[in-house]
Amino acid sequence: MSPNLSPSRRTILKSGAALSLAGMIPARAFAADPIKVAGVYTVPVEQQWVSRLHTAADAAKTAGRIDYTYTENVANTDYPRVMREYCEKGVKLIIGEIFGAEAEAREVCADYPDVAFLLGSSLKPDPAANPNLAVFDNFIQDASYLTGIIAGAMTKSGNIGMVGGFPIPEVNRLMNAFMAGVKETRADAKFQISFIGSWFDPPKAKETALAMIDGGADVMYAERFGVSDAAKEKSVLSIGNVIDTQKDYPDTVVASALWSFEPTLKAALDAIDAGKFGAADYGVYSFMKEGGCSLAPLGTFEGKVPAEVMAKVAEKEAAIKDGSFTVAIDDNEPKSS
Amino acid sequence: MSALWEILLAASFWAAAIRIASPLIFATMGELICERAGVLNLGIEGIMVMGAFTGWFAVYLGLPLWLGVAVAFGSGMAFGLLHGILTVPFGLSQHVVGLGITLLATATASFTYRLALPEVTSPPRIEPFQPWPIPGLSQIPFFGEALFSQTPLTYAAFVTAALVAWVLMRTPLGLAIRATGENPAAAAAQGLSVTGLRLGAVVVGSGLMAVGGAFLTLSAFSSFFFDMVNGRGWICIALVVFGAWRPGKAVLGALLFAAFDALQVRLQQTPLGAVLPYQLFLALPYLLSILALVLMSRRAEVPQALMSPYNKGER
Repeated sequence: MSPNLSPSRRTILKSGAALSLAGMIPARAFAADPIKVAGVYTVPVEQQWVSRLHTAADAAKTAGRIDYTYTENVANTDYPRVMREYCEKGVKLIIGEIFGAEAEAREVCADYPDVAFLLGSSLKPDPAANPNLAVFDNFIQDASYLTGIIAGAMTKSGNIGMVGGFPIPEVNRLMNAFMAGVKETRADAKFQISFIGSWFDPPKAKETALAMIDGGADVMYAERFGVSDAAKEKSVLSIGNVIDTQKDYPDTVVASALWSFEPTLKAALDAIDAGKFGAADYGVYSFMKEGGCSLAPLGTFEGKVPAEVMAKVAEKEAAIKDGSFTVAIDDNEPKSS
Repeated sequence: MSALWEILLAASFWAAAIRIASPLIFATMGELICERAGVLNLGIEGIMVMGAFTGWFAVYLGLPLWLGVAVAFGSGMAFGLLHGILTVPFGLSQHVVGLGITLLATATASFTYRLALPEVTSPPRIEPFQPWPIPGLSQIPFFGEALFSQTPLTYAAFVTAALVAWVLMRTPLGLAIRATGENPAAAAAQGLSVTGLRLGAVVVGSGLMAVGGAFLTLSAFSSFFFDMVNGRGWICIALVVFGAWRPGKAVLGALLFAAFDALQVRLQQTPLGAVLPYQLFLALPYLLSILALVLMSRRAEVPQALMSPYNKGER
């Protein structure tokens, strides 16, 4: 039996419908074709630093700009494999952090030149070896500096405790900026500084903070979870970092330096849309000028910080934004004084 | 040197040491029971993670704190039962099973946590155990602050240790457990069920390990983090050896380790801290513990049948 080549009425109707549908699709796709984005994180998405990436990506997903999936808690040794899997699946942009897998992750970037990578890294971008890898970090020293001004005004003993995870550049930078801020309002301030050698040991961070409070600290710089708990238990003040935790400690968290990943992500997505994504340092998008960081609202401490101090903060904030004042970027390990 | 004395003479230093020691005491007692019955339980690290999670999660769902402790104990017993079945009647390698349990329990805890709380961007909190000064005793100068102003779970750790010591050393049940760890054939000849005793020891011991984990989320802190046990389980394995398989000495070891830990955070704030790298201070408790282990373990008596499965009738 020869196949019936003459189209039936039903076939014609079907193809007509298909054509009209096809005519509609490109018009819609042109308006907002979501970019496929994957997040690869070495820690759970509750961790302060990564939560900022995750929140920003989630917002972009809700806005319809990206199509977002993520994998959390990936061991550094496993990181390249997860990157490759997403690349093979046709993801267009990978966001994450490679502080613990710098070299291996760069090999993956080289193997997938068509995929854009926007990764937190301590190293500089390398246009020659990895033209598709842009790096960033939480360069929120501007906001940390402002919280320091407030901390310096709020301390009575002039003794400030600081607990960090590891003395890596992003931690040191914020601590140093905070300390510079404190010196603005309390030139003779003393600092107790400790690193606990872990990102995730809140009981240890809390013990370390308690020891500092025993040692006379009355304002705590809370780089890690656990520090604000010690401050609350001993009724001393604390300063938040990266996220705003005041709702959990309304009586003790005075101010927080907030990081927003949104400007960084937006810049990357715009570059991809324009076909111009390349090796660049996106760290600047975390600066206050770019809206990448801010001082959290005083909230429960509204009115409890002296007005002249807040005036000074506002003045410095304006100066940072118009470029007349720059907070120094100092990546050296801070030491107790 | 005067700075060191200043630290050691502060009541808050000893209070910190006791706080840090509490989870270790629970878990060390758990491991000690297992090993006294002849079973090395390397599932300890994972079981602690499990206990930290289940205890916290139960309270997060609205149960009272003490029921959270009970839930943690139960979850530890469940993993202990799995460990026990594989190592006691089946006689599988205790190393492999133990590490397997650690991987399984850790992964189960994080998997369940994420399934239950998929959309959190900051760790949910509970209201943990608060310090509960014992009326009267907490008024004693120095000792009141150091010993009797702790959270109820810390007191429970010391009561548990005393109870374990009494049962193991002073009761027929304890004698039977120790006999299965020394010479299971002799114990069986006495009509004791080696399988039953070993299983029971592993199940109860694992329950205690889980309570040690729960201490971290219900007393020491108020949220659950995947990595928060952070090797404390492995320390407890060493503490059992340090204590020469004796409950009293093991508690002493836990206190010593905790005191070194409390000391190192305080030493970091002395002028020494500005000169020496911080890693050296973090390593201090481990270095001093190794040193103490060398001195203490020379006359340690290892349970003779530790790590050897017992098959009835086998020669």
